[in-house]
This record gives sequence, C-alpha cells and structure tokens, in this order.
Amino acid sequence: MTGPGLTPSQTAGPFFAIGLPWPDGPYAVAPGTPGAVWLRGRVLDGAGDPVTDALVETWQADPDGRFDHPDDPRAAAGGYAPSAAEPSAPGFRRFARCPTDEAGRYAILTLRPGPVPGPDGSTQAPHLAMSVFARGLLDRVVTRVYFPDQPEANAADPILASVVDSAARATLVAAPAADGYTFDVHLQGPHETAFFDV
Amino acid sequence: MTSIVVSGYRRATEGVHPPLAVPAYRSTLRRAPSRPPLIIPTTLTEITGPALGERDLGPLDADLTRQHSGEPLGERIIVHGRVLDEDGRAVPNSLVEVWQANAAGRYAHDGDRHPAPLDANFSGAGRCLTDDQGRYRFVTIRPGAYPWRNHHNAWRPAHIHFSVFGRAFVQRLVTQMYFPGDPLFGQDPIFNSVPDPAARERMVSTFDLDSTEHEWALAFRFDIVLRGREATPFETQEEA
Repeated sequence: MTGPGLTPSQTAGPFFAIGLPWPDGPYAVAPGTPGAVWLRGRVLDGAGDPVTDALVETWQADPDGRFDHPDDPRAAAGGYAPSAAEPSAPGFRRFARCPTDEAGRYAILTLRPGPVPGPDGSTQAPHLAMSVFARGLLDRVVTRVYFPDQPEANAADPILASVVDSAARATLVAAPAADGYTFDVHLQGPHETAFFDV
Repeated sequence: MTSIVVSGYRRATEGVHPPLAVPAYRSTLRRAPSRPPLIIPTTLTEITGPALGERDLGPLDADLTRQHSGEPLGERIIVHGRVLDEDGRAVPNSLVEVWQANAAGRYAHDGDRHPAPLDANFSGAGRCLTDDQGRYRFVTIRPGAYPWRNHHNAWRPAHIHFSVFGRAFVQRLVTQMYFPGDPLFGQDPIFNSVPDPAARERMVSTFDLDSTEHEWALAFRFDIVLRGREATPFETQEEA
C-alpha cells in the first residue's frame, strides 16, 4: 500500500443538530423559484417509529441533467473554486440538507433533475442521490429518489434495473403530492428501502 | 452521442468502515438495514458533489473559543490536519464541519441530559474550508468524556465529530476524532465498531508539539483520508 489509509466512518450521533443544519439547508433552490418542488418524507426505523434525529442530504443534476463540477466534462465552467462557480441554473445549489423533526419528517425544496448519462451508453432516469445519517447508523446509508411520472425513463434506468427485487425497486420511486413528491425512508423492516453501496 | 470519459473511485478496503449492525451499540438494532447494500456502478451522479463555499462561512466559524462574549472553560487546543485522498493528494477548498461536547462533557443540545454544567461561552460547532494544500485548522477546547445509556457505566471517549465533503458524493464522510491514549477506548462499542485495528487507530489524533503555541494552546493533528480515484477511467455517453 502506497498512500495513506482511509479514515473510517463513525455515527453522527444524537447531537449533530448543534453543528450541521444550516438555515437555508433545505433549499436547493430559493423559495419562489419557478418550477421548484417539495420533496417531503419521513425516516422510520425497523419498528415503524419515526427517527427524530436523522439528517437527510440530497445531491442531483440540474434540469438539463448537468453538474457544475470539473468531473462533469460537459460543465460550462471548468473551475471548482466555490467562489468562481458559475452554475448553469443560477442560484441552484443542487445540494440540500434537512434534519428530521419530532415526527421524523424532512422536506427539501428543489428543481427536478434531467436525465443523466449512465454507464455503457445508457441514460439514467431523473433522480436524486440521498444520504441519511443518524444515531445508530455507523456509516451513512445511501439511496436514490426517482420520479413517479417518468415510467419509461425509469424502465430504462440501469441502476433501477439492477435492483432485481421488484418490491425493493418500488421503494426508490417517490409518490406524487400536491406540491411535489413524497419519499419515505424505511431503515429496516418489511418496507425496507433499497440502499446502495456507491 | 458525445462520449464522456470519467474516473471512478476505489471502493473502501474491507474492515475500514464499521458494519451497520453492531449489537454492542444498541441504537443499531432497529436502525441498521437488514439487507446488505446493493453495489451499483459509479456514475456522474456519484463522482460529482457540491461546492460549498466561502459565502456560507463566518470569520469566527473556525475558532470555537471566540463565538461568545467570554472564553469557554477548559483546555484550549488547536486541532488541525489535512484532508487527503488515498493517493495522498490534497482535497482543496472543501468544507469541514465539527461539533463537540464542552469541557465538562455536555453538548449544548436539549437532548443531552447528562448532569454536567453547560458553558454559556461554548456552542461547540465550527466549520472551515480546506486551503489549496487541503489543510484545515480549528481552535477549540478539549471536550470531556461523558456517560451514555448504551450499557451499564458506559462512557464515550472524548471526541470531536467531523463532517467532510471532499469533491464527490462518494467521498462524503462523517467520523469522530479521538485523543491519544484515552483509557476509555476498550469499552466503547462505537470506537471498536471499526473492524481493522489499524484503521481504528487512524481515528486517533496525534499530539503535535511543533504546532503547540507557546503559553497559549496545545495542538493535535488529525489527517482525514477520503477515497482515491480508480486508475482506469470509464466511458459514458450523452444523447445528442
């Protein structure tokens, strides 16, 4: 082994709320942005009880399916310096973070992503990558949020296709709601969400 | 179709990250997923990540001893190090967040019922960006150990929580920094959840005499190592 060894993960514990939430954390886009949708849901444990001390984070492409990042070769701006970043969707951070409340609920305001290039010439359906941190999770769990109104794109998505169990695959698709979408995360139990090793 | 060639990230070596189900840590019992996570290919979604920047930071965010009118009680320390990848490359301009208990072992959080005093001059949270060499530096006070209800007479070794973004979704890491020689390591199921003893030791900071400031503060060094890149790029395509 030539390089330094990887640093292990540890739980975020029950008190991350003193450090990690930001006032604008839930807003991947500013309130009032045309086309903004709410993604709301709950985090639940194996007994179906709400997890009231979880942190949900999302990361996604913009409505054109692009990332403002030097490793997205299509990004218009090559720079990665945060102050120099020039997003193709102005004011769109693509990232959101929300702690769960006393009922285990989170909510983020965002724009719907576009389709993203996938492996071997495939196209990934619009999706968000989601991390969940909590007391009792020694490492984050990672899942994806797909959209219910994209049946054809979802059917062709290589990641969804790799989830063989249809019940597990169904946990990755959000449900429609009046002002956006609903996506519950079941950490454990009969409705356990499909989690990914990325 | 436009062909796009990108490099993925190496997967973690076995034994570095804790398994999710660790019965000795009781909170995992109802929260750890029962199915192993499905291994999926790395795509553009996972090799990119947010650029969280200076606009979000205040001038005192990296000095936890100067966020109030008075100084917090406790032993003033400097905690510093570098954020690197497994190839030893610096991770520059990357957000590092910390949170911790006060010197008495109490968090400034409503849920912490440990009957130790709060400190009106200590909130216990900080953040900074790594510089162009991947370096970060905080000034804080040494946190106290504290009891928790995991098992009879359970005590957490003193630690500082770290949250690191790196430059990609796959590099996101939340961990804890410990202090050298802590006698509480042996009975702590969270510290010992890391299977590989050598990896466990990488969570323990080193006392750094060279960075200690004369008549001011002791210093501890903690380097954080994130996943490195794969040697072979993969190809992906964009529809015209």
